[in-house]
Amino acid sequence: MEHYRVLPGPEGYLPPAAALRGVPLPLPGEALIEGRPVARDEAVRHIAAKLAGATVPRFFPGPQLLWRDTPYARERGRLVREIAREAGAGVIPMPDYRPKYPMIDPAVEINPNHPNLTIWHNKIDVGVFIGVHCHQANLALRIIRGGTACYTVALCAHDGHEDAHVSLRDADNAVLEQLRDAVRAATRGRA
Amino acid sequence: MSGEALKPVPTPYLLFEARREEQFITGSEAVREAVRRANVDMAIAYPITPQSESMHLVGDLYAEGYLRDYFRGENEFAVMSQVAGAAMAGVRVFTATCGPGTLRAFENFPLWAGTRLPVVMAFMTRGVNAPLTIQPDTIEMGMLLDTGILMLHAENAQDLYDMLLGAFSVAERTTVHLPLGVFVDGFFVTHTRQKVRVVAEDVKLEPYDPAASPVPTVDMETPPVRYMRDPFVMKSNYVSYAAHASWQQEILAAAERARPYLREVVGPFVEQENPDAPIQVVASGTAVAQAREAARMAREEGLEVGLVKIKVLRPAPREEIRRALARAEKIVIPEFNRTGWLAREVASMIPANDRIVAGPRVYGGMTMPPEVILDALRGTRLAGV
Repeated sequence: MEHYRVLPGPEGYLPPAAALRGVPLPLPGEALIEGRPVARDEAVRHIAAKLAGATVPRFFPGPQLLWRDTPYARERGRLVREIAREAGAGVIPMPDYRPKYPMIDPAVEINPNHPNLTIWHNKIDVGVFIGVHCHQANLALRIIRGGTACYTVALCAHDGHEDAHVSLRDADNAVLEQLRDAVRAATRGRA
Repeated sequence: MSGEALKPVPTPYLLFEARREEQFITGSEAVREAVRRANVDMAIAYPITPQSESMHLVGDLYAEGYLRDYFRGENEFAVMSQVAGAAMAGVRVFTATCGPGTLRAFENFPLWAGTRLPVVMAFMTRGVNAPLTIQPDTIEMGMLLDTGILMLHAENAQDLYDMLLGAFSVAERTTVHLPLGVFVDGFFVTHTRQKVRVVAEDVKLEPYDPAASPVPTVDMETPPVRYMRDPFVMKSNYVSYAAHASWQQEILAAAERARPYLREVVGPFVEQENPDAPIQVVASGTAVAQAREAARMAREEGLEVGLVKIKVLRPAPREEIRRALARAEKIVIPEFNRTGWLAREVASMIPANDRIVAGPRVYGGMTMPPEVILDALRGTRLAGV
């Protein structure tokens, strides 16, 4: 089977699940860049560079971050806002997973069942998922790859996401601090 | 001793390191012994032969303090729906059924997979027919292949015990989180005594962690009706279709991700004996035992015969089957059902599938004497096809 690469879209009518095209999840200590296993540090630098070079970067915090009221979660939220600030990125929340009908307000939220609407409306070119349940994140990542050119990043607390363009696994708050420092370095001197 | 007194240990310790002792028990009793060590929160039962004894014995575990809850549902559809509710609420739940019970409950199996419920279940396979049969037959397995559940097939009571104990850690992985069915041939295994090495230390599996679920666990703010009532399931537009398609892809992807974790607990998906032989017998379940004896008899006659035992059916063992049969000139596939679903599966996986002899098959409760397989190996005749 030809090695499948998880590249920016729009990929087409129904992009495949990367797992079904032979893309494995990253092993502990590793990460994925476009379906290729790499060391976590390399992926962190890659994410920082993508954020630094983006025109409209956005963070998409999900329910596991938005609604969890623990000291760890509050610190996580603070770190996400700090990274976003360093990157000049906005934050568009994914407060829940219910499809929004008759029409989502794409200026203020994103939804896993039709994430492309928010991407298109805001012309987002780099999107970072964090705190989204793994099933819902994968649901959204494939739809985004199918219909948009947005470059997606998944900061996963579990085993990672093959369907993101870049995916970190075990992304705890220490990893977020590492990402913050990398973004700070990547954007240093930027006007 | 009760469940509370057992020490939680990781699955690899329980499976491969904990001290074991040999017991002479039935397959149904092997289910009881596996559930005893599995730290199961809840079990729900409905009787149907040849499964009834297993869930009866699991009920005894409840009386002994190994389960937190246990009850009998109204029928199999009710049981599988109740199992879904328990799993959505974040508890480790176990059940078992067979044959007509499987079919009565059928809608629930793709629902379990679609809603990412890590239910572990035993199927004591039985015939599906009119006039009613209660006899052993694996026909229901062919019907379940595309429901999204992971499927293992036990050859004997030891396989059944080990597969059940190993199943939970695979089904409950965040990246998998799918139902897992352990199948065993009714009566042939459930109602016969075999030597089974069971864990003898006072240990049990670590508890299920619903916080690691890839979907929200149901609570008062996330009611289960969300899965059915939310608008995208009812809308006729591209956005709705795309969401459904991506959702279904995720179930297939989750099964694909199960491969390395399944290998950790059951080993290779297929096991092969005498791999260089030009004639290979491919089988699963108790057909493996009969085929092994048939191969031995054939070798006495000078025929070179190998054996491929399939342990994992979903995710499909494509590469393993292709490798195992790469040099085979003739492939005999004995089955305990009239449909020949395993022969179809293998035919879809290998090149030059005209090498396959799709049989012999027996059904309606018939046994499969090794001589019937031997006849097929000789190329003289096939039973039941």
